[in-house]
Amino acid sequence: MSDKNQLQELIAKRAAQELTGSCVVNLGIGIPTLVAKFIEDPTVYFHTENGLLGVADVEEDQIDPNLVNAGKMPVGETVGASFFNSAESFAMIRGGHVDVAILGVLQVDQTGQIANWAVPGKNIMGVGGAMDLLVGAKKVIVTTTHTSKDGKSKLLKKCTFPITSTRSVDMIITELAVFEITDNQLRLIELMPDVTIEEVREKTEADFIE
Amino acid sequence: MTKIHHDVDTALSSVKNGHTLMVGGFGLIGAPLTLIDGLTKKDVSGLTVISNNLGEPGKGLGTLLSQKKIKKAIGSYFTSNREVGDAYQRGEIELELLPQGTLSESMRAGGAGIGGYYTKTGVGTDLAKGKEEREINGQTYLFEPAIRADVALIKAWKADTLGNLIYYKTARNFNPLMATAADIVIVEVEEIVEPGELSPEEIVTPHLFVDGIFLARKRLTKEGVIDHE
Repeated sequence: MSDKNQLQELIAKRAAQELTGSCVVNLGIGIPTLVAKFIEDPTVYFHTENGLLGVADVEEDQIDPNLVNAGKMPVGETVGASFFNSAESFAMIRGGHVDVAILGVLQVDQTGQIANWAVPGKNIMGVGGAMDLLVGAKKVIVTTTHTSKDGKSKLLKKCTFPITSTRSVDMIITELAVFEITDNQLRLIELMPDVTIEEVREKTEADFIE
Repeated sequence: MTKIHHDVDTALSSVKNGHTLMVGGFGLIGAPLTLIDGLTKKDVSGLTVISNNLGEPGKGLGTLLSQKKIKKAIGSYFTSNREVGDAYQRGEIELELLPQGTLSESMRAGGAGIGGYYTKTGVGTDLAKGKEEREINGQTYLFEPAIRADVALIKAWKADTLGNLIYYKTARNFNPLMATAADIVIVEVEEIVEPGELSPEEIVTPHLFVDGIFLARKRLTKEGVIDHE
């Protein structure tokens, strides 16, 4: 496994610990998708906004091209799964019926606002369900690498890319640390294994409470 | 009078220059691939297409984009076809981006005779520009108008000859909503059965929404889109 994959799995595994007991969870594309493989509790129900409650893994020989998740990746269905149209799916999201959304970001700032749909100077081509999940999910967890490819902090004082919502997320999980957001402030609640507070300070632009 | 069309030209006869079309599907999943292919062979232009995506490069609605038959696209995720960005840069296409929940709810409203509605989605973002805001119970909402189309081209799994429809797995997506929100609704199906073969409890789209039924000639498989008889 490459270093990048290991980092992603580390983050996903930590996020999985947040999903305990009966809950409905929507997973975004990328690291969030990996979270499902660390969940064994059958009362954690995965929702995908293209119209399925009860997303499961699928074996290669069972792949159905008309059964996919929101990232258009093949998935399976659990016993007790249901299919529904897009408006009903987003009524679940916007109506506050989804307990947790786990999302990737381009940037997150020290108030907990995120940017994950557009980059300035490039054509704005897609938003998908990102804005809906931010306003509707009861709890929003961000899973992201702590820094971008060029080594810059993704946890900023203020997002420079267009924000996805004025709502602050509830938790940020990176390969270095876990932060909670309360009263629009980041609070460091946990260091990941073998990480020092000095390293987190050095690689984080955002102000946070230790 | 039968709703069943036996050739694609007849099925598409209601599509005219400058029309607004709704086209079902989440990418190619649940897209009416035979009807879209028929549009590529039809002399029609200046279309406004309402669909979540514009297919993939050279596939599904991507073929209509390549032929410059689409004047404007309204959807939530054009990222899946990089040619959309190129066409936009060249000034060949106008784009309107809506959050996916807004796109689907606006169809639902359009189909239900509702003029528009207020939602929290998008408040304070770039997609709120120019939209009316309103405080309701202390929270800010955006006004979103309903959307409708001249013609909807949708995909279902099975139709009975009356036009009652059921859908297959996640190929359902926007299709049942579009069935309610256009003046003319043409459905492409895998199978046509007799009335009574679909139980009343399982029918998702009742027949009053459906104007035309067409048996699919193309199918999405693991190997891609294939023709079948």
